[in-house]
Amino acid sequence: MDTLDLARWQFAITTVYHFFFVPVTISLVAITAGLQTAWYRTGQDKYLRLTKFYGKLFLINIAMGVVTGLVQEFQFGMNWSDYSRFVGDVFGAPLALEGLLAFFLESTFIGLWIFGWDRLPKKVHLACIWMVVLGTQLSAYFILAANSWMQNPVGFRYNAERGRAELTDIWAVLTNKVVLVTFPHTIFAAFMVGGAFVAAVAIWHLVRRPGVDTGAFRTAMRLGAVIVIAAGAGVALSGDQQGKVMTEVQPMKMAAAEALYESEKPASFSVFTVGTLDGSKEIFSVKVPYLLSFLATGHFDGEVQGINNLQQAYERLYGPGSYNPNVPLTYWTFRLMIGVGMTAVALAVLLLWMTRKGREPHRLLVWMALPLPLLPLFANVFGWVFTETGRQPWLVFGLMPTSAGVSPGTTSAEILTSLLGFTVLYGVLAVVEVKLMLKSIRAGLAGTSPPADQDRPDSDDDGSAEAKPLSFAY
Amino acid sequence: MELTTVWFMVIAFLWIGYFVLEGFDFGVGILLRVLGRNEAERRAVVTTIGPVWDGNEVWLITAGGMTFAAFPEWYATLFSAFYLPLFGILVALILRGVALEYRGKRDDLPWRSRMDTLIAIGSLAPALLWGIAFANLVRGIPLDASYEFVGGLGDLLSPFALLGGVTFTAVFVAHGAIFLALRTTDDLRERANRMAGWTGLVAAVLAVGFLAWVQQLRGDRWSVLLAVLAALALVGGLVANRLRREGWAFAGTALAIALTVTSLFVAVFPAVMPSTLDPGSTLTTAAAASTPYTLKILTVIAAIVTPLVMLYQGWTYWVFRKRVIVGV
Ligand code: HDD
Ligand code: HEM
Ligand code: HEM
Repeated sequence: MDTLDLARWQFAITTVYHFFFVPVTISLVAITAGLQTAWYRTGQDKYLRLTKFYGKLFLINIAMGVVTGLVQEFQFGMNWSDYSRFVGDVFGAPLALEGLLAFFLESTFIGLWIFGWDRLPKKVHLACIWMVVLGTQLSAYFILAANSWMQNPVGFRYNAERGRAELTDIWAVLTNKVVLVTFPHTIFAAFMVGGAFVAAVAIWHLVRRPGVDTGAFRTAMRLGAVIVIAAGAGVALSGDQQGKVMTEVQPMKMAAAEALYESEKPASFSVFTVGTLDGSKEIFSVKVPYLLSFLATGHFDGEVQGINNLQQAYERLYGPGSYNPNVPLTYWTFRLMIGVGMTAVALAVLLLWMTRKGREPHRLLVWMALPLPLLPLFANVFGWVFTETGRQPWLVFGLMPTSAGVSPGTTSAEILTSLLGFTVLYGVLAVVEVKLMLKSIRAGLAGTSPPADQDRPDSDDDGSAEAKPLSFAY
Repeated sequence: MELTTVWFMVIAFLWIGYFVLEGFDFGVGILLRVLGRNEAERRAVVTTIGPVWDGNEVWLITAGGMTFAAFPEWYATLFSAFYLPLFGILVALILRGVALEYRGKRDDLPWRSRMDTLIAIGSLAPALLWGIAFANLVRGIPLDASYEFVGGLGDLLSPFALLGGVTFTAVFVAHGAIFLALRTTDDLRERANRMAGWTGLVAAVLAVGFLAWVQQLRGDRWSVLLAVLAALALVGGLVANRLRREGWAFAGTALAIALTVTSLFVAVFPAVMPSTLDPGSTLTTAAAASTPYTLKILTVIAAIVTPLVMLYQGWTYWVFRKRVIVGV
């Protein structure tokens, strides 16, 4: 394998791995903040105990999100130095803003939240976790703005002399029409994961530990299910918008997503296709007429361009070469994203219905506990693989092919070292993380001793014997 | 002043912030198993940095992101050239971060002991490797005309670079010991104080040697002055440590680190990555920089947000200013 393939594998592996933790962080911190707010407002003990329980799971997760994100930040320079030279002027800005505006906020306030339970006034402590929520949202927005620029470069001009893209309008980059639809889609998709996770953990407790904290877990289970359903609706609506924007800015991706070789008007959406391996011929398929036209253009009889037509057009525009992404991969990840994710919505509806009006959860529901969160988690992965591989062979659409971005001076041996190193390390950490998660889930809700003197003014001593000790909140 | 110069200063400032803050995190991590004699003590040691280490690490992320935005060529050259050291740093920081967050999540001693070892290794390796990287940044590396690194790992491991690595580590250990003396009580505080005393002496000797070598390689009047001030601050810190003035001692080592890093950046300016092959392939601020438009936007945002960040990070230190007591 050459450096290009190795660098691509490394990027794909480390980024997908990072994104196993990202959706959980984004949603679970908000749900935890919501639970703590409920406690602050109502004073009900069950909300405090749920806050601490899910808060702990959130902390186990975010630790992994943080350390894997660190790798992301430096990879561009390590493996993709020519890419960095080419786009830094434009792409670097949102990345820099993310660090300055989002990561400082997240990391600082999470420290305050973890250690501040009995040091800060209740209200300030609650505000801390909401600051973390704000941090995760900002972080997602900026990084998605950066990624959207690669899908649809705007607000720049090409400087032939320096051989690089140069920013001319930061506002255009931050309000790229792709990021405007990608952000809500990604956030809703994240909430599907978090909602499902909260519900699944609660199901497990309700079924396996009947009678223990039933009230609290029932609340959590139904809350989680409702979040999955609401976020599912959000994902579908925003995904529909994305399809239209994508047809406009990256028609090839839409054509590949449908394995549509010749332009069609009106175009039908195939739910399922058996074809030759390279996807160039179909043997059997189930089709919904007009649906693709509607997804892509908003009209039932709109024309959708085919791969062959686009290929010809691109050759005229960019010179000879293949401009097709990997069609079967694009086709299947698109369907799996939707199919797998929507199955989770169906499960959540089933869950709500089976536990309606105070019904005890059925014993068999415990089988739902594993697939419920895993389905939307994998839908997220499929969504990213679709988005990123559908962009190929471009690294920056229409500007820079992926093959031109890789570091010229970096050797295969170096990349292989880091590729293997990160893969092994990530594998081991995954085992540690999952074990710790399961252990903490099994431990259940802790009994709470109400924090004694919340608003005790801090005295100004330093080190005298009566100084109150700091201790890990967990 | 040119915007590119301003941004060179901003990047230097972010690295200073990183090394002053993570410097004591690294030192505390390295000393964790040395000063913490049992679980209760080690728990106290970890707790001194528990609420702040993650925020401190973000100084590095921001330095990276800001370099990417303001000096794309520098970001590209720096991180692709220092590929393997950087890989080592990332692995170490991953292990340290996970170990710090997970050590308290299980209630068994062997687990915690293992996490403590990881914290120590995950603190020692980056201290050493950052020292090596920064020594190379000052000395220069083999770059071709398109600013690509054409050397091998051997080029990065010169005696000068290794001295840089050892010096950074020693200074961070002393800085961490002083931080511990400032943040703990009783016996642990005593031991940290003594540890700071002798590690500080080692650090001072190494630092003077390293800084003198730097000046000989590429010093100018200003970098020499800064290096002398750095040495004085370090000695002042050690004297204060002797006198049990812990706050002053900490200020001393913090200032020494800040001045040392400043001296390195001043010595190398206006280059950001000197080439040892051909002075013509030395990467300078002007050649590495983004467009004035990008720099202007970054300037406005950084000018507004950085003070806010420092304000709320400062507040964290204020909230957690009480000393940590062992075993409670
Ligand atoms: C849609 C959201 C999203 C996406 C696409 C990415 N991330 Fe991420 N990232 C987050 C959302 C996020 C987050 C939710 O904000 C995290 C997860 C855990 C955390 O602390 O923050 C985070 C953490 C995180 C950190 C650690 C921050 C800290 O120490 O607090 C870094 C340096 C990055 N990310 C960098 C990246 C880069 C360079 C990416 C592109 C390849 C990337 N992330 C993709
Ligand atoms: C976090 C969610 C993301 C996932 C899961 C993801 C996934 C992927 C995958 C699977 C590839 C490999 C494509 C291929 O080789 O065919 C890829 C490539 C790439 N992605 Fe993403 N991506 C994500 C976010 C981003 C973001 C936010 C950026 C930029 C800020 C980005 C930049 C890139 C780059 C530079 C490549 C080039 C390497 C390549 O083409 O193989 N990705 N990504
Ligand atoms: C009706 C359902 C859905 C539709 C119509 C839809 C549509 C889309 C489209 C068109 C894209 C590609 C955007 C681009 O490349 O420009 C996309 C990406 C993505 N999808 Fe979906 N999607 C749906 C459901 C889901 C579900 C259920 C999840 C996860 C729970 C999900 C997660 C993602 C993610 C993470 C991405 C990559 C990031 C992005 O580009 O937004 N999607 N989706």
